[in-house]
Amino acid sequence: MLAIKVENLGKRYLLRHQRHQRLYDLLGDYVHRISRRLKNPLAERSKPANVEEFWALRELSFNVEQGDRIGIVGHNGAGKSTLLKVLSRITDPTEGRISLKGRVSSLLEVGTGFHPDLTGRENIYLNASILGMRRNEIKRNFDAIVDFSGVEKFLDTPIKRYSSGMQVRLAFAIAAHLTSEILIVDEVLAVGDMEFQKKCMGKMDEISHKEGRTILFVSHNMGAVLQLCKRVICMEKGHLTLDTNDVNEGVQKYLAMSSSANLVSEWKNPGNLYDDENFKPLRFGLYDVYGNPLSASVRHNDKLYVEIEGEVKEPAQDLCVGYAMHSQQGTLLFWTYQSDQAESKNELPVLNGHVCLRSRVPLEVLNTGEKRLDLSINLYNKKWIVQPGSGEQPKISFNLEGPLNPSPYCVLRRSGDFAIDNNWKLI
Amino acid sequence: MLHFGIRTKLKKIIMRAGDENFDLIIEPNRTTADFLRELIKYRELFFFMAWRDILVRYKQTVVGIAWSVIRPLLSMIIFTVIFGRVANMPNEGAPYPILVFSALLPWGYFSNSMQLSAASLLHGGAMISKIYFPRIILPVASVFVAVVDFLISFVMLCGLMLIYGYMPSPLFFLLPIFFIPATMTALGFGFWFSAIGVKYRDFQYITPFLLQMGMYISPVGFSSSVIPDKWRLIYSLNPIVGVIDGFRWCIQGTSVSLYVPGFIISIIVSIIIFIYGMKFFRATEKSFADYI
Repeated sequence: MLAIKVENLGKRYLLRHQRHQRLYDLLGDYVHRISRRLKNPLAERSKPANVEEFWALRELSFNVEQGDRIGIVGHNGAGKSTLLKVLSRITDPTEGRISLKGRVSSLLEVGTGFHPDLTGRENIYLNASILGMRRNEIKRNFDAIVDFSGVEKFLDTPIKRYSSGMQVRLAFAIAAHLTSEILIVDEVLAVGDMEFQKKCMGKMDEISHKEGRTILFVSHNMGAVLQLCKRVICMEKGHLTLDTNDVNEGVQKYLAMSSSANLVSEWKNPGNLYDDENFKPLRFGLYDVYGNPLSASVRHNDKLYVEIEGEVKEPAQDLCVGYAMHSQQGTLLFWTYQSDQAESKNELPVLNGHVCLRSRVPLEVLNTGEKRLDLSINLYNKKWIVQPGSGEQPKISFNLEGPLNPSPYCVLRRSGDFAIDNNWKLI
Repeated sequence: MLHFGIRTKLKKIIMRAGDENFDLIIEPNRTTADFLRELIKYRELFFFMAWRDILVRYKQTVVGIAWSVIRPLLSMIIFTVIFGRVANMPNEGAPYPILVFSALLPWGYFSNSMQLSAASLLHGGAMISKIYFPRIILPVASVFVAVVDFLISFVMLCGLMLIYGYMPSPLFFLLPIFFIPATMTALGFGFWFSAIGVKYRDFQYITPFLLQMGMYISPVGFSSSVIPDKWRLIYSLNPIVGVIDGFRWCIQGTSVSLYVPGFIISIIVSIIIFIYGMKFFRATEKSFADYI
């Protein structure tokens, strides 16, 4: 049975370029329009010139079966939040039609309507009723809510004295006990500590799997989408680009799409940079197993290679060419040089002329996230040709996507910079 | 048979509204057909909102209540001195403080409730852009704080009458009736100002100013009998004139005669303001979330 039917939905915003905010402007505009109408009464009403149209959603159609758990993914500005707002009746669509069956609760932000001066108890009643719970429902669920949030000691304290973590816990606890048939959730799991996030995921799981309610879930956390959803809708620029029941495929496609612009996988010398006679770098890049420049995110078990091309005019025995890898937070993870391959002293081939070096990136020990590679070239203990971490050096980056492995208990990002490959055995 | 006919007709209407038995259709410019039913569905939220506003207002009990006592008291003293002593206006058989206070009561209620409801949407901005509920709950629920303030002032009026040994007329019990036009006018303006204020923030500065003007042109500090007869009908276009006259009539009894044509005009104007404000609010409420 259908729970939601969306037909040809569109939402248009008029961007007014910061005008019309003041009454004065409105009056001026009115006068202008009326005087024009008087001059030429037959002229059609045109929209003011300073208004620009923006379609946040356009020609969107899909159906949702009862009990579906749909993950809506897409970049910032793809229209996900607008879709949820239209679905939850916060804002009106410009065209199209939505048909809903059952009560709808939307959770676009936890703790909306909390009042800092009221106590925890009062806020539970207030927030739950704002979210659409009836009074007897609240009474019935009150203990469960308090229990889940773990704030029973502070029930009669104004929540302005709560820590922000406690406020979030209380807010989610209320939301988790909503009884509506359709639940619309926007990125609420992005708050709270890891432990509480896990608890929330567990609760969401329970709501969807056991109680068979329809859930629409927007998240940038692919792990959460993989765990929770059985269907993925991918949005881009207000359109639906993918709708699949294969969650893995949907997530993959989204990740492929999201090889964001700031990830540069190849650096080329524009001509005159680092013009050193010992080593002049020409190219520094990341390539897949076929030698093609990296175009998307990589997974833990992919193969990824770094190539460094350069020119040596004056060969040096102690030349070190390599890179330094940094985590997303800027932590240095390791340095590595071509000179590391020597098995014994003086056995290293001396680079001369046009050279190309290749090295496999040890993805199997890295944790998920964006990694930055800085080119690093020096004459050992003598001089820097290209110094990593200086900010100016050639840098390339890639994104390692989770989950690290298919285990259902390894969906959220683990802490730490490293993540080792599976080496566990039952003995 | 007749009953059956109505049933099938109803069913047809429902079938047309939702092709496949959907509970809710969302379409552009579709105002909820059963506005009232939705309000009834959300009645608990309505009371919760009113309860919250009152709770927050009187949470710091001493300050909250003291403020609702001091404000009308000071106004009363000022008006009594200026209009009663300095300008020597007629007192119509009642002690001047009581004459003033019986007008300050409805005026205070009107201006409080209008100000609160006009500001309600901007205060509830976060909720409006995150959650759906009938928007009209916000301006209406905020009036309840003004009701509590009114009750406090009312107790003060009773105290004042005791002090002066003034017996109210038997019409005293009709007082609640005049509450209705006062509320309707306040809500009508409140709907209108709150809806406009979402888009044009300047309005939050305009309301207090307008209310101050309104207080001087309304018969708060003086009796409306000082208005020349030929102007009285036009004067009654101000709906608060009818309300204040009604209050005085209830309290001072037969010593003041109710000017009936003016009173009727005031009532009609208040109804028009209410309906127009409501219509305006309903027409614009769909776009609140886009502007707030």
